[in-house]
Amino acid sequence: NFFAFSFFPEHLDMHETDEEQSYGPDDEQEQKEKEEEKEKKEAGQEMEDPSLLKLEDEPLFIMDKVAPDLLEVKPAEFHDYQKRCEKEKSLLFTPSSVRVPVSLKVPENLQPRYLEEEGLYVGERPDVSLTNQNILENRLLHQEEGMKWFGDDGQVIALPNPIREYSTRLPFLSPLEHIDPTAKSKPTRYYTPGMADPHGDTQLDIDISGLMFTHHSLFSREHVLAVRLLQLYDHFLVRKQKNLVSQLRDKLHAIRTAVRNISELHNSSSLPPTIQHRVDEYKAEIRYTRKLLDSELEKDRTLLKSMIRVWKNIKALRDLQKFTNTPLKLLLRREEVDKMKEEQMYESEIQAEASEVLEDYEEEYQKNLADFKAKHAEWKAWKKKQKSRKKTKQEQGEEGKEQEEEHDQEQGINLERPKRPEPVDQNTVVQQIRKRVYGIRKKPGEPLLIPELTSVGTITGTELCPRSEVLRREDMLKRSFFIKIIFNNKVVSQTTSHSLNYDFRVHFGQIFNLKIYNQPESLKFQVFETMRLFPQMLAEVFIPIPETTLTTSSAPFEDYEFSSYQRVLFDHGGVGSDVPFSFEADGSNKVILLTSGKVSCSVTWAVGETSGAMNPQQSTGVQSTLKKHDIISSVRVSALRDMQMLSKWALESRLDPNDPNNTKLLQLLKFATTGEVQISNFFRLEELQEEFKFLKDNEFQKSKRFKLLELRNREVAEFRNYKKIPIMEREIPDKLLQEYEDRLKEIVVIDAKTQLDVRRTLASNYLQKVRETVMTRFLIAKHHHNLWDLVVEEEIPSLTLLGIRFFTLLEPKRPLKPTRKERKKVTAQNLSDGDIKILVNVVRAYDIPIRRPIVSVFIYKIIEIFYCKDLCLIFLKLLLLVFFFYFVKVLVRPFVEVTFQHAVKNTSAAEGPNPNWNEELELPFRAPRGNYSTSSLRSVKDNLFVNVFDELVFDVLEDDRERGTGIHTRTERHWLGSVRIPFTTIYFQSQIDGTFKIDCPPVLLGYVKYYGIGNDGGYDAVRNLSNGSYITIFITVEPQLAIAEAVREKVSFPFHSDEDEKLLQAAEKFHKRAFLKFPTRRCLTTVSDIHGKTVFISRYIRPLDPPAELLETSLNNPQATAELVAYFVSLIPSLPDSVSFAGICDLWCTCDQFLHLLAGDEEEHAVLLCNYFLAMGKNAWLIIGNAIPEGPTVYVLTYEQNKFIIWNPSRGQFYSQYETFCPLQSVGCLVNADNVWFNIQQYDSPMRMNFDISKSKFWKPFFTKSGSHTNLCSIQPEELIYYPTDKAAVAELQDRIEKLLKERITEWRPRHPTRWNRYCSSSLRQFLPMLEMSRGRDVGDEHRLELQNLLGDYRICGFPMHMPFSDIEPIIEAVYSTGVHKNDIFNLEFALAVYICPYPNNVLSVWVYVASLVSKKYLQSHMSESSY
Amino acid sequence: MAAVSPSVFLLLVNGQIESANLPEFDDLYCKYCFVYGHDWSPVSGLEEGISQITSKSRVTQQDLVWNFPIDITFKSTNPFGWPQVVVSVYGPDVFGNDVVRGYGAVHIPITPGRHKRTIPLFVPESTSRLQKFTSWFLGRRPEFTDPKVVAQGEGREVTRVRSQGFLTLSFNIVTKDLKKLGYDMTSEVLSVPEATYRP
Repeated sequence: NFFAFSFFPEHLDMHETDEEQSYGPDDEQEQKEKEEEKEKKEAGQEMEDPSLLKLEDEPLFIMDKVAPDLLEVKPAEFHDYQKRCEKEKSLLFTPSSVRVPVSLKVPENLQPRYLEEEGLYVGERPDVSLTNQNILENRLLHQEEGMKWFGDDGQVIALPNPIREYSTRLPFLSPLEHIDPTAKSKPTRYYTPGMADPHGDTQLDIDISGLMFTHHSLFSREHVLAVRLLQLYDHFLVRKQKNLVSQLRDKLHAIRTAVRNISELHNSSSLPPTIQHRVDEYKAEIRYTRKLLDSELEKDRTLLKSMIRVWKNIKALRDLQKFTNTPLKLLLRREEVDKMKEEQMYESEIQAEASEVLEDYEEEYQKNLADFKAKHAEWKAWKKKQKSRKKTKQEQGEEGKEQEEEHDQEQGINLERPKRPEPVDQNTVVQQIRKRVYGIRKKPGEPLLIPELTSVGTITGTELCPRSEVLRREDMLKRSFFIKIIFNNKVVSQTTSHSLNYDFRVHFGQIFNLKIYNQPESLKFQVFETMRLFPQMLAEVFIPIPETTLTTSSAPFEDYEFSSYQRVLFDHGGVGSDVPFSFEADGSNKVILLTSGKVSCSVTWAVGETSGAMNPQQSTGVQSTLKKHDIISSVRVSALRDMQMLSKWALESRLDPNDPNNTKLLQLLKFATTGEVQISNFFRLEELQEEFKFLKDNEFQKSKRFKLLELRNREVAEFRNYKKIPIMEREIPDKLLQEYEDRLKEIVVIDAKTQLDVRRTLASNYLQKVRETVMTRFLIAKHHHNLWDLVVEEEIPSLTLLGIRFFTLLEPKRPLKPTRKERKKVTAQNLSDGDIKILVNVVRAYDIPIRRPIVSVFIYKIIEIFYCKDLCLIFLKLLLLVFFFYFVKVLVRPFVEVTFQHAVKNTSAAEGPNPNWNEELELPFRAPRGNYSTSSLRSVKDNLFVNVFDELVFDVLEDDRERGTGIHTRTERHWLGSVRIPFTTIYFQSQIDGTFKIDCPPVLLGYVKYYGIGNDGGYDAVRNLSNGSYITIFITVEPQLAIAEAVREKVSFPFHSDEDEKLLQAAEKFHKRAFLKFPTRRCLTTVSDIHGKTVFISRYIRPLDPPAELLETSLNNPQATAELVAYFVSLIPSLPDSVSFAGICDLWCTCDQFLHLLAGDEEEHAVLLCNYFLAMGKNAWLIIGNAIPEGPTVYVLTYEQNKFIIWNPSRGQFYSQYETFCPLQSVGCLVNADNVWFNIQQYDSPMRMNFDISKSKFWKPFFTKSGSHTNLCSIQPEELIYYPTDKAAVAELQDRIEKLLKERITEWRPRHPTRWNRYCSSSLRQFLPMLEMSRGRDVGDEHRLELQNLLGDYRICGFPMHMPFSDIEPIIEAVYSTGVHKNDIFNLEFALAVYICPYPNNVLSVWVYVASLVSKKYLQSHMSESSY
Repeated sequence: MAAVSPSVFLLLVNGQIESANLPEFDDLYCKYCFVYGHDWSPVSGLEEGISQITSKSRVTQQDLVWNFPIDITFKSTNPFGWPQVVVSVYGPDVFGNDVVRGYGAVHIPITPGRHKRTIPLFVPESTSRLQKFTSWFLGRRPEFTDPKVVAQGEGREVTRVRSQGFLTLSFNIVTKDLKKLGYDMTSEVLSVPEATYRP
C-alpha cells in the first residue's frame, strides 16, 4: 500500500481505496475484520462459559452427544459457471482497448479544444502505446468522476515528457583511452575530409552497372528507329504488367453487380435516400471507369499500331540501305480466340453500356421534364398576373403607367414559354455506342496480336557496309566512356574507361565503397566521353541519397536519365546530336534528337560484416535527429554568435515558438532580424568588447602615462627612446609633457632681452622645425628596410679580389714595412659604457710661441728704435734668437691637454718651441643615454679639445736651507692655443692623422712667436711656415665602430625631387662611373635642399653681391676685399649638418636661407663665398673634397694672378695651391654654375693636381655638350637683401656679455677673491677694435709694447679670443676652456674686455680679451721663476 | 616598504640553454642576449653570454648539450616589450671557418613557474646560387647584422631564411609585484580542470 501511495496522485489513491473497498477488502481491513472476529469469538467463548462450566460437572468428553452442537457438516458450495460469470461481471471490470470517442471525453455539448491550434505551448506528451492509452481512458471513464482526468482537448492530462532524447553528459574519456596501443590503421578508401564521425563507419555502396544511350550522335538512322521501337516495346511491357484493362473491367463489373444487387434488394421501388445516394455515386463511378477503360483500350491499340509502324519503317530502312545495324526483330504472335464467347461478351457489354447510358439519359430527361414543369407553372402564373395587372393599370390611369411598363418589360423578357424536353431514342444511343466502340475495341473474333521483340537478328558485317557506315562504326570504336563520382561536390572516384558496345551500351559493373564522414548532401555522376585524347563531359546525373533503410542486400538497379545539349555533326552515317534530320526521302518531317541516355546504378548503404547495415541510422541518422534538438551539435559552439546560422538552424529544426525553453533564442533571433535594440539577459561574447576597453576614451586622453606611451610610440623627438615610463600616474612629472605641449603651441620661451636675440631665437626655432620635418621623413624612411640592413652578406668576389686574396696567402707573415691594417669593426649594439675609448696620439708640435722674458725689456726698447728699418729686421731677429738661446734657458715648456666629455688627460711637458711628446692619451667615451646605436652615435655633439699649454714652474721654497731635502714648487699654466675636433668627425673618419694648425689667439701676452715678425701677408709662398703653430696628432676610436651607411639618398632615399627624371638618371650614372673608377674621391652632383628635395648642385651657384660696405672699405686692394668677404662669411656661425640632422644627409640651404638662419655647414659657407667671388668678378669654383679635420667638406677655389687659391670658407683663410699645411687633402670634383667636373687625374692632392678644367684628360665634365645645361635655372635668389645691424643692441649685448663673463669668472674661483683691474681692462678694450680692423694679424708687438708701457709693474698674461657670435653660452665655454681662472696666486688681478663688431644682417664678430695680472713686486718677493 | 605600493615589477629569470637538435652540425657554441622594450632594464645578471663549444655524444648521435645557465633579473614598469631571449648558434664549417648555424628567439614565459621552450633555429639564405657557393667556399655565410633582428618583426619581410633545427631552453620564472600593479599572470582557471579530471 505504501508503494501505491507514492506512485499515484492522492485523489487517485483515494479512489482506488474506494474501489478496493467495493470490490474486495484490502489487507488492512482484512486484518481489522479478523481482529473483530477474534474479539467476537472471545466474547462468544465468554458467553459460552457457563454452559462449559455446566458441562464440567458431567464427564468431559462425551463425543456423540456434543458433536451435533459443535459441528455442522455441509456439502461444498458450488456455483455453476454461468452464475459465477454473472457474479464476476458484477464485481469485475475489464476495460476494453477500443478507442474512446472524443465526444465521451469532453463535457457534453462542447467541442474539444485544441490548445496547440490556439497557439499555446503544449509540451510533448510521453510516449504511451495506443492500446494502453485506450485502456486507461476506458477505465477512467468508467469511474464516477472520470471526466476530470481529461483536458479540454479530450486527452488525458499529462505533463510534458521529461526524458531528453540524447544524453547531456559527455562521454567519459580517460586520458589513456584515446590511444589504443593495438590500433591498426584502417584502410580508408575514399575519404572526404571533414569532421570525424565518432559513431562508426558509414559506407555508401555505389554500384554502377552501365550506361545506355537512348540517343547518341553516332546513332545511325536505324538505331534511332530501333530505340524508338524499344521504347515502345518497353512501354508495352509495362502496360502489360500493369494490365489496367482487365483491372478496370473487373472494377466495372463489380460496381455493376453492386448496383444490380441494390436494386434487386429494394425491388426497385422507392429507395431510402441514403441508398439512393449511394446508387448515384456508383453510377458516377461506373461512368468514370468506363471512360478510363475506353481510353486504355484505345492506348493499347495505338501502341500496337505504332510499334508495327516503326517496325515497318525499320524493315524499309534495312531494305533501303542494304545492311542491318541492329539485331532487333519484332514478332507478332497471333492468338486465336473463341469467337462466339467474345461476341457474346462484346454484345453484353454494349448492351450494358447502352442501358446505362439510356438510364442516364432517362434520368436527365426526367430531371429536365420536372424542371420544365416547374417553369411552365411559373410562366402560367405570370401570364395570369399580367392580365390582371393590365386591368388595374387601366384603372389607375396615366400616372403610374411608365413604371409599370418598365416592370412589364423586365418580366416579359424572362418569362417565355419553356420548351418541352425531348425523350431519348434507344436505338440512336445504341448506334452511337457501337460506333464508338468499333473504333477502339478489338472486334469480336479478331485474333489477339501480342508483339514480341527479340534481338536475334544478325548485324551486317562491316566489310559489307557502305563507306559512311564503316566510318561511323570506326568512330564508334574510338569512343570510350567513364563516370566520375562526385560526393558533396568533391570528386571521389571514377570508373575505368570503357568503350561503346555496338548497341550503344557501356558496361561498367563497378562497385564503389564510399566511407563517409560527412553528412551526405549531394551525389552526382559526371559522364565523360573520351574521343581521341581529351575527355569531355557529356552530362551530369544527380543521384538521390538513398533512404537509410536501403541497404546493399535489397537494392534494385535504377535508371537515371541524362541528356546533353551538345551539338555534334558528322559527315558519315551517324545522325549527330542536336541536328535536324529526316527519315523521309523528301526531307520533310524533321526531327532533332539530343544525346541522352540512362545510367543504371544502385546507390545503397553498405552492410557491414559485423554491425549490420552501415547506414547513417546509427550515426548520421541519429545526428540528424540530434541536430534538430541540440543546437550545439548542429551549429557548433563557434557558430553560436552567428545570427544567420542560428536562424537557419531554428528554421531547420522547426523550433516550437511556444516552448519556454526557446523563448530567449527566438527573442534574440527576432531582434537580430528586425534590427531592434536588444535588451538581453543572456551571455553574448560581443558584449565583452566593451569590457575589454579597460578605460574610457576620455580617461585615456587624460592619463599622462598613456599619453607618454603614445608619444613614444609615435617617435616624437622628446620622447624617442624614452626609458622607463613610470607605471604610476603620479610619478610622471608634469613638466615633462608640459614642455612638449608648449612647444606644440609654439610658446617659445624668449629669454632674450633685445631685439637681436629675438631674431636669433626665431631663426633657431625655424631651424628646429626644419630639422623635425626632415627627421620625421627620415624616420619613415628608416622603417623601410633593405636586405643589407638586416643580413650581412659578402659580395661575390671579383677576379681581382680573388687574386689579391691569393697574394695575401703568399705574403710574408712579418713584413719589413708593415702597413696599417684595417681593424675589425664592432657592431654598435654589443657595446656598453666604458667599452669605447678615444685614443689620441700627440706626436709633436711646431712653432709654439715662446715666453718673453721679463728681463729683456731693454732689448725690446732697442728693437723698437730700429723697428722701422726693414733692412736690419732680419738681423735683429737673429740677434734676438741668439739672445734667447744664450741668456734664457727655457723658452717654453708646452704640454698638451686633451679634453673630451669632461675627461681631461695631459701629456708631460716638453721643452722648446718644437716639442716632441709622442704620447698616447686614452679618453673614455660615453654615448648619450647609453645608446650605442649608429644613429645615436652620429648625433653626438661633443667636441674633443686639444689644448696646448705652457707650464710655468715657480720655486716657492721659502728657506734655501731646505733645498737639499725638499722641493716646493708651484706650477702655472698658460693657454697657448687649441684644436677643436668634433666627435662626429672622428667617428666618420674612424681615424684622424695629420698636422693641424693650432688656433692661437692673435696676441699672446708674455709670449712671442718664433718667426712671427716678418709676416706681411699676401699670396706668396714664403709665409707658409710662419703663419702659426702646428700640432701633429693621431686620433682614433678603439674599437673601431661600424658606420652605418650615412647617406642613402641616391638609391633608396624617399625624398622626392623636382628635377627632371633624365637629369637624375644621368647624375646617378655619372656618380656610379666615378665611384667605379675612384671609389675614394667624392663626387657630388645632386644634393638635398632644406626641404629634403634632391637638387642638382649647379643650381646653387649664382653670382650674388656681398654687402656693399664690405666692398667699399678697400676699393683699391682687391685682395683685401676678398679677404674681408671671406672673413665676413666665416663670421657666420658654423653648425654641422651631421649633428643637427643626425647623420641623415647634408642639407644645402640657399644663401638667403643661410643668412636668415645664421648657421650652416661648410657647404653653405662655401656656396655663399663662391657666389660672392663670382659677383666680384673672380673665377670661382666649389671644391668637393676631403679636408682635415672636417672630413668631407666643400672649399672654394679661385683663380687669380695665374695662381689657384684655395679658400677655407668657414675659417676665412686662404691657401695657395702648393701650401704644405693646407687642410684640404683631396679634391673630388669642381662645381660651378654651368657644370660639374670630376677629377680623373692620377692624384687628388691639390699640390699635385692640375686645376685646368678645360683639359678633358684631367677633368670629366658632367655636361659634355655645351648648352645642355642652360635650362638649369638657379634656385638662389636674384639678390640678397642686407640690412644694417642695430648698433645700440650690439652695444647692449657687448655689455651683457662682459658682465656675464665677469660673474662667471668670479664663480669659477670660489676659494679666491677675484679682483678686476679696471685700468688694464679699459686699455684692452681700446685695443680690441684695432684687432678687428686687422682681423687679428700683425698688431701683437705694438700692442704688447703699449701695454708694457701702461702697466710696467705687472706681469701680464692674457690673450684675445675671437669668434663668430651664435649665442652667449659658447663664449663662456671658450673662456672656461682656456683655464684663465685656474690661477691661485694670491695677489692676482684680472682684466676683461669684450668687443662686438657688427656686420650687416646681424653677423657679429665677438672679441673677448682676458688677461691676468700679477704685480712684479709681489712676484719678486714671493717666488723666483724656476730655472730648469 | 610593503605598505608603499610598488612602482616597478621584477621578473627573475633563471634557466638554461639546455640542448639543441641540429642533426648536421657538430662542435657548436651558442650566444644569447636579451631584447626588451624601453621600459625594461636588467637589474642584475648577465645580459649576454657565450657558451662553451660542445660536441655530440659519441654513443648517441643526437643532441648537442650545453646546459648553459641564464640568470637575470629585470625591472620594468610596463609589460609591453616583455623580454625575449635571442639565441644564436655558431660553429665551424667544413673549412674550419666559424659560421652561424642558427638564430632563434622566444619570449620569456610570462607566468611564474618552470617552463620549457623548444624554439626552431634558422639562418638567412644567400640571395643567389652563386652567392651561396661563394659564401660556402669562403666561409662567409650571410648573417644578420644584429642577432636581435630575430626578435623583432620590422624589416623581416626582406629576408629569406632556412630552418636548421631546434633548441631547447628551460626557464624558471619568478615575478614580483606584478599582481599588485594589476597584471594577473597566474592561470588559475587553467589549473582547475586538471584537478577535476583526476580519476
